Amino acid sequence: MNTIIFRTVAPYLTSLMVLFSIFVLLRGHNEPGGGFIGGLIAASAFAIYGIACGVQPVRRALYFHPMTLAGFGLFIAALAGFPSIIAEVPFLTGLWIFPKIGQVELALSTPLVFDIGVYFVVVGAITSIALALEERETN
Amino acid sequence: MAAAPHTPVDISGAMIEVPVAAHDWLIIAPVVLPILAGALLLMLRKNTGWQAVLANTVLGILLVCCAGLLDLVWNEGPQTMTMGRWLPPFGISFSVDLTGAILALTGSFVAFACGIYAANDIDQTRLRYGFYSFLMLMVAGVNGAFLTGDVFNLYVWFEVLLISSFGLIILGSERAQLDGALKYAFLNLIATTLFLIATGYLYGTFGTLNMADITRKISTMPDSGPVMTIAALYLFAFAMKAAAFPLNFWLPSSYHTPRLVVSALFAGLLTKVGIYALLRVMVMIFAAERAELAFIIAVIAAATMIFGVLGALAQSDIRRLMGFLVVSGIGSMLAGIALSGELGLSGTLFYAVHSMVVMAGLYLAAGIIVRTSGEHDMRKLGGHYSASPLFAAGFVVLALAVSGLPPFSGFWPKLMIVRGAIAGGAEWLAAAILLTGLLTSIAIVRVWAFAFWRGGPEGARDGAESWKLTPIAENAALPIHASFALLVVASLWLGLFPETLASAVLDAARGLANPDGYIGSVFGDVQ
Amino acid sequence: MEPALILLVTAFFAVSIYLLLSRHVIRMLLGVAMLGNGVNLLIFTAGRLTREVPPIIGIDDMVPQTATANPLPQALILTAIVISFSFFAFLLVLGYRAYQDLGTDDTGDMRLAEPQGEPLPPTGY
Repeated sequence: MNTIIFRTVAPYLTSLMVLFSIFVLLRGHNEPGGGFIGGLIAASAFAIYGIACGVQPVRRALYFHPMTLAGFGLFIAALAGFPSIIAEVPFLTGLWIFPKIGQVELALSTPLVFDIGVYFVVVGAITSIALALEERETN
Repeated sequence: MAAAPHTPVDISGAMIEVPVAAHDWLIIAPVVLPILAGALLLMLRKNTGWQAVLANTVLGILLVCCAGLLDLVWNEGPQTMTMGRWLPPFGISFSVDLTGAILALTGSFVAFACGIYAANDIDQTRLRYGFYSFLMLMVAGVNGAFLTGDVFNLYVWFEVLLISSFGLIILGSERAQLDGALKYAFLNLIATTLFLIATGYLYGTFGTLNMADITRKISTMPDSGPVMTIAALYLFAFAMKAAAFPLNFWLPSSYHTPRLVVSALFAGLLTKVGIYALLRVMVMIFAAERAELAFIIAVIAAATMIFGVLGALAQSDIRRLMGFLVVSGIGSMLAGIALSGELGLSGTLFYAVHSMVVMAGLYLAAGIIVRTSGEHDMRKLGGHYSASPLFAAGFVVLALAVSGLPPFSGFWPKLMIVRGAIAGGAEWLAAAILLTGLLTSIAIVRVWAFAFWRGGPEGARDGAESWKLTPIAENAALPIHASFALLVVASLWLGLFPETLASAVLDAARGLANPDGYIGSVFGDVQ
Repeated sequence: MEPALILLVTAFFAVSIYLLLSRHVIRMLLGVAMLGNGVNLLIFTAGRLTREVPPIIGIDDMVPQTATANPLPQALILTAIVISFSFFAFLLVLGYRAYQDLGTDDTGDMRLAEPQGEPLPPTGY
């Protein structure tokens, strides 16, 4: 697996896949995509990087431990339910705001926050499993 | 990014328009708080000093929330919050009735006591591998299971608590733990898969998964054949979860392998979720089918009690003895479910509360014994009475409570169930309960006789001189003994002043037998 | 279409029960994986099979004009797949660790938690 072609391509492939995963995450509300599938794409990106360049570079590049990312995702996904308190609606109700920046109207919502949370949970959990298994293989 | 929902369609007819009052948030708090705390603890895994403080603070807040929820439900009847504002049965409802609220409060109490105990019992490595995160997520799963009003959601919470318990049971990865965890994981996974199969059939039959909705529709079902199959499948799945005979062998082969505080948590929380699910599904939803299956459940109950306690009598390892006592207690609760009626159901609920507190306390006591003497074999124990008479007194309280002797907490639920059995014409079941009580007292008093009363281990000369125990370090001793004392005092209170809980469980049993209030809280403002 | 799928579910269950009856952890693992897939298919069948009509409501309608596919079983299956996937991953690692540390994948030989031939508790001092 450790050919020079793969090692050269892997960083570009990884960055492209991470970018694509964010695109998939953000279009997920009304179109195919979403946090789960986006997270899987990002996790497979890190797994590829790990196969090509070793596990340590991935851990350095991620900076945070994957489980910390998963915890962060769970935390903001749960927090996404709390704006409902102010709106006096049940927990996890989708709330929307449409701020205008110049000509662009942004659609921001609590489901988006929840989806980003799911994204991080999946990235964190799957990456930590993948890296742990890859580490065992190399040892 | 999602397109702006400028839809011309008016969907307000499908939405809940009643504003949510502040106290309604108590319904969701027992689930969301531990999830938030668990996630936070996962992020702060490296700061092991903070873990216990943060976790125990949140568990304390959780206890207050659950008490508030119980107060709300007791005074104002069942409460419902439906997620995402969609009208039930389309939105997922969290419906709390008295049964769920009582068990959630007891569960949070046990988790709080165990959390305090664990603060001085769990080492740095286990903390770094996320002991408290798993604990919090397991509490979230347990509370979610107690509070949810949707069958599939119940399955999801079962899985949440199961995967967190997997994390807890293998924490430390000793060889015996791997062995125990493998059996625990396989058996529980098969049980939840059976639960999922039954849920698939349930959806195919009723087209809905909201418990209140199913309860409403079940009487209009023309053909009872498929419903009976589903009920039998649920009985099988939940009985396996609750460790009922003959599917009980996973429990005594796994519960003693992790740290004993983890065993205490499991004994206090996990099997009782199975009992709760049986109460909710078999008693409330499949009431007619339960009546037909009653004799089978009664036989299972008697077998679970007797074989559980016989297992306990044959153990010289006190940790495994406790595991068999948990199984035996499950039998008494099943007996109440088999009898049904006000006496049977309130007896089951009372027994569940008693068993959560007492079994967790006994496991913590075993933890203290193992910690001070380094042994868990009855033949090698001794001298604990002279080492700490107060601790020994606490153990006696729990030992007599688990045997069901008056005036301790185990007596009252057994009295209710025995009276229910005699009133229902099932004298043999009453006899089985009384026989189990006798055998339990032999099994547990033997632990007292050997580990506490005897001066030293087998072969040692009697007397405190010949056998020295290593006391727990000064700064750890107080919280550890305080958490144990907390459970002992709770058990004593349940035994000496049972009126409060007795009237609460009676109301809860009426609510289960006649779920109009429960259905009304889900659909009340619709019809 | 339903009867065919029901037969398929039966086959899945039969294979998985056969595998689960084995004493070897790896076969039991495969059995659990098969069981999960069988159950997912069962839920899918229980939600009734229809032609591929997406459950989309027209912009001026309150209800779909034709009978559509039932989206709920698919949501349930998605949840169940995610859960069974994570459980399978966990069990795989656990089984592997157990094999490494205990030196066997035969459950009959795994007697560490419950040692054989333990003496009975003492009957007197």
